[in-house]
Amino acid sequence: MTAVIETLLLGAILSGTPVLYATLGEVLGERAGIINLGLEGVMLIGAAVGFVTAVHTENAVLSILAAAAAGALLNMVFAYVVVTRRANQLASGLALMFCGVGLSALLGSPYRGSRIEGLPEIKVPILSDLPIVGQRVFHHDLLVYLVVPVAVLLWWVLFRTRWGLWVRAVGESPTTVYAAGVSPPLVQYQVLLVAGFLGGIAGGHLSLSIAKTWAEWMTAGQGFIAVALVIFSRWHPLRAMVGALVFGGAVAAQLQMQASGVRVSPFLLGMLPYLLSIGVLLMWSKTRRHAAPASLGRVFQGTE
Amino acid sequence: MSRDSDPPDVIRRMGRAWAAGLARFGVPFGLALAVFAVVLLLAGRNPLRAYVDVFLNTLASGYGFSEVLVRMIPLMLTALAVAVPSRIWLINVGGEGQLYIGALFATWGALTFSGLPAWALLPLVAGMGFLGGGLWAAISGVMRAKGWVSETISTLLMNYVAILLVSFFVFGPWMDPDSANYPQTAQFPRAAQLPAFFDTRVHLGIVLALVMLILFHFVLSRTRWGLEMRAIGGNAEAARRNGIPIERYIVALMFIGGGLAGLAGMGEVSAIQGRLRPSLSPGYGFAGFLVSWLSGGRPVGIVAAAFLLAIIAASGDILQMLHQLPASVVNILMALILFVVLARHDQRRGARR
Repeated sequence: MTAVIETLLLGAILSGTPVLYATLGEVLGERAGIINLGLEGVMLIGAAVGFVTAVHTENAVLSILAAAAAGALLNMVFAYVVVTRRANQLASGLALMFCGVGLSALLGSPYRGSRIEGLPEIKVPILSDLPIVGQRVFHHDLLVYLVVPVAVLLWWVLFRTRWGLWVRAVGESPTTVYAAGVSPPLVQYQVLLVAGFLGGIAGGHLSLSIAKTWAEWMTAGQGFIAVALVIFSRWHPLRAMVGALVFGGAVAAQLQMQASGVRVSPFLLGMLPYLLSIGVLLMWSKTRRHAAPASLGRVFQGTE
Repeated sequence: MSRDSDPPDVIRRMGRAWAAGLARFGVPFGLALAVFAVVLLLAGRNPLRAYVDVFLNTLASGYGFSEVLVRMIPLMLTALAVAVPSRIWLINVGGEGQLYIGALFATWGALTFSGLPAWALLPLVAGMGFLGGGLWAAISGVMRAKGWVSETISTLLMNYVAILLVSFFVFGPWMDPDSANYPQTAQFPRAAQLPAFFDTRVHLGIVLALVMLILFHFVLSRTRWGLEMRAIGGNAEAARRNGIPIERYIVALMFIGGGLAGLAGMGEVSAIQGRLRPSLSPGYGFAGFLVSWLSGGRPVGIVAAAFLLAIIAASGDILQMLHQLPASVVNILMALILFVVLARHDQRRGARR
């Protein structure tokens, strides 16, 4: 039984990590009023660039940075279209997704079938010797350890710093921010840069650590899961950790059940994150608690 | 009769519409082609040769052109699935899922009533497709009408539930025992397959899609429903005070929109695949959203934009075969066109959610 729990926990943490990075980025973006459906594309470009870098340099840190930079760069295209050109965010997001799908396929195609070492696993001294959990929880790659501090940092930045206040204010009422002397478009650019960075890392973790290979459209909808988890976590970085763990647990449970021959369809389990998100939204609608940023998806028109 | 219908004036207006259409599509298209050429160049390919090959194998060849038309069918229907609800500012991002559920229902109909003759079975299968997609979208419609969940978010999330549901049936209870564990259902009976024209894969769905487009135009411009939809779209509160049942319109338009996407799914399983497979659509539902967006929701625009994106979709295979590029590189071109149009468009139009 402990073996089962161990495997589940390991799987939940590992599969939850990339989704959590992506979700954190999307939380930040949506807090500033921008919904980015193109996260899928950002993750894909991160996965492809990270993998190609790893094949050539065999340097883990460089690969992660390359993945993050690629994601950030692609997200800047999105930022230009939706912030500067004030385009419809949903349509632009879908276009960004298609862009990422195509670019990553082009970049990755010469490397199909290549394999890499993957990110080195780091044992945490002492803790990794703990019985049961030690082996599993404290025996991962760098990105897994970093994701929780990143979530906490994001929470701190959003809710305890001046910049975080501006970000949240842009999401609620950009005209107020403008009146206070801060440029909402500038804040949105900064936010989308960070979100793209995190989305790129998410994709990089997927190709560098989990798959250790490149496959076309390897994110398989995880970008959309991240968008769902943002709603599930009510636009809060710390609750996003719970959401990602639930998603990771669902993935791990699928694998576990298949391995042990339990006849529950992995496809039905795979619906869990989506249905849970809708369910959570339904639950709040009764209590009339609105957590969504007030101007989410709207276009800031300036002050004319 | 007003002076508006004088021939010269009509022609002048049509000319202006064409010029506007050219500016709307031509300039962004050229710009996007130029950027994509740079991408191809960076990938070590000759962009000119690639473009010539694409032209020769889509527009300049009979078979190639028919393959463009094949791809236009689901694109027109999924674009309508977005355009219909958008009349009252509903945003349906769930075309992909509605297409899948339509295909699922259609498959159930085709395999359950396989003994019926074609004249009875085909309408039944098409009806099931419409019903499936419609009900799936109506769930989101009800949740929106009750003020529970925004239809944008729920339709988006339900895409993947739908795709997984199809996988569940195809890998599970509906898997064809004769297909050696290959995930697909049994083949449709001959009577449940939409007939194709001549020797091509262009099927009756193209007529269906065009009829739906005309119907959409007719309902909008000539009926009370169209008028009431315009009223709701213009000012929902005023419409409500005038006794227009907004909630009913929300659910009904989501149902119709989803149903049209469901028809697209029915066309794919019935005419193209002949059976239900998990990889039913290469993102037609999402592309349909973009078609509808490019067209501004107008029927003629939908035909034009669907034609454009269908050419792009078809060029994927050509670039793969003749230039050893992954077929999905054409997604870059599609995205580029959209970015250019999106960036130009909203600047002019001002606020639009």
